[in-house]
Amino acid sequence: MSIGWYLTVSAIIFAIGAAGVMTKRNALVILLCLELMLNAGNLALVAFSRMWGNIDGQIFAMVVLVVAACEVTVGLGLIVALHRRDLPVDADELSEMRG
Amino acid sequence: MTQLVFFIAAIGAIAGAIGVIALRNPFYGVLSLVGHLLCLAALFLLLRAEFLAASQVIVYAGGVMVLYVFVVAYVGGTEESLGASRGWLRVLTPIFAGVLMIELVIASLGSGLKAITTKGADISPTFGSPAEIGQALLTRFLFPFEVASLLLLVAAVGAVGLARRRDGYTVGSIPLKAGAIPSVPPKGTGTMAEAAGDKPMTGLSGGDS
Repeated sequence: MSIGWYLTVSAIIFAIGAAGVMTKRNALVILLCLELMLNAGNLALVAFSRMWGNIDGQIFAMVVLVVAACEVTVGLGLIVALHRRDLPVDADELSEMRG
Repeated sequence: MTQLVFFIAAIGAIAGAIGVIALRNPFYGVLSLVGHLLCLAALFLLLRAEFLAASQVIVYAGGVMVLYVFVVAYVGGTEESLGASRGWLRVLTPIFAGVLMIELVIASLGSGLKAITTKGADISPTFGSPAEIGQALLTRFLFPFEVASLLLLVAAVGAVGLARRRDGYTVGSIPLKAGAIPSVPPKGTGTMAEAAGDKPMTGLSGGDS
């Protein structure tokens, strides 16, 4: 399979994730859609790494993996803190910081 | 054979991604994401990224998803309710997503890179093996590697700081259901201040001190 196919799959997954981030209201599902977008980026990085025959892209993808794990930890911590205070885990109702 | 595996994995990955945004229950969304990640790991294997595929399955499908399942079970999977005021968004989003996808495809496939229609450069048999990844991480990419470990530490400390109880665990801080018997929390279950003994627990009998 040529590299272009992988990039197309990556673009489709990224677009699906972006659509989810925009439409979803539950903060948990927004985090899931962020994971989708990060994974699409990972797939493109690995595809380019294969295209050049260079290992650097895979290292970059591993760093993205680490950053995604950190983001999930902090995001889920925020959601648990919200739930503890009986606040709704809803991105539309949590609008107190809006200017 | 490669093409068959590619199409099965690609369709599985896209179906999993659609499942994440289409399923209304967040719990099913998490399970759908697990399937998506496994299919993505198969794509990584096709691209000769064996170590990355393995770490993807272990870190994501094994670790992060368990965290998600715990939080969904704790917060309670609230069903997604689409408000009436957001009707225009439901129309606009598929258009935006479609335009974004077409733009990304044009940007990547139309980039004029000659190698994009090939199967990739000639690579050694050890490409993507743990040995090669480890060597790259500990020589050329030593600094990003160490920064990543620091980032993980910061995230772990931050998550503990975010999710802990703010005002201590005292009797009466959690409203009891009718008929429940109030109990003194066991020692060492509240904040760090209580564990260190700076702030005595205010129980019915003053704790077991």
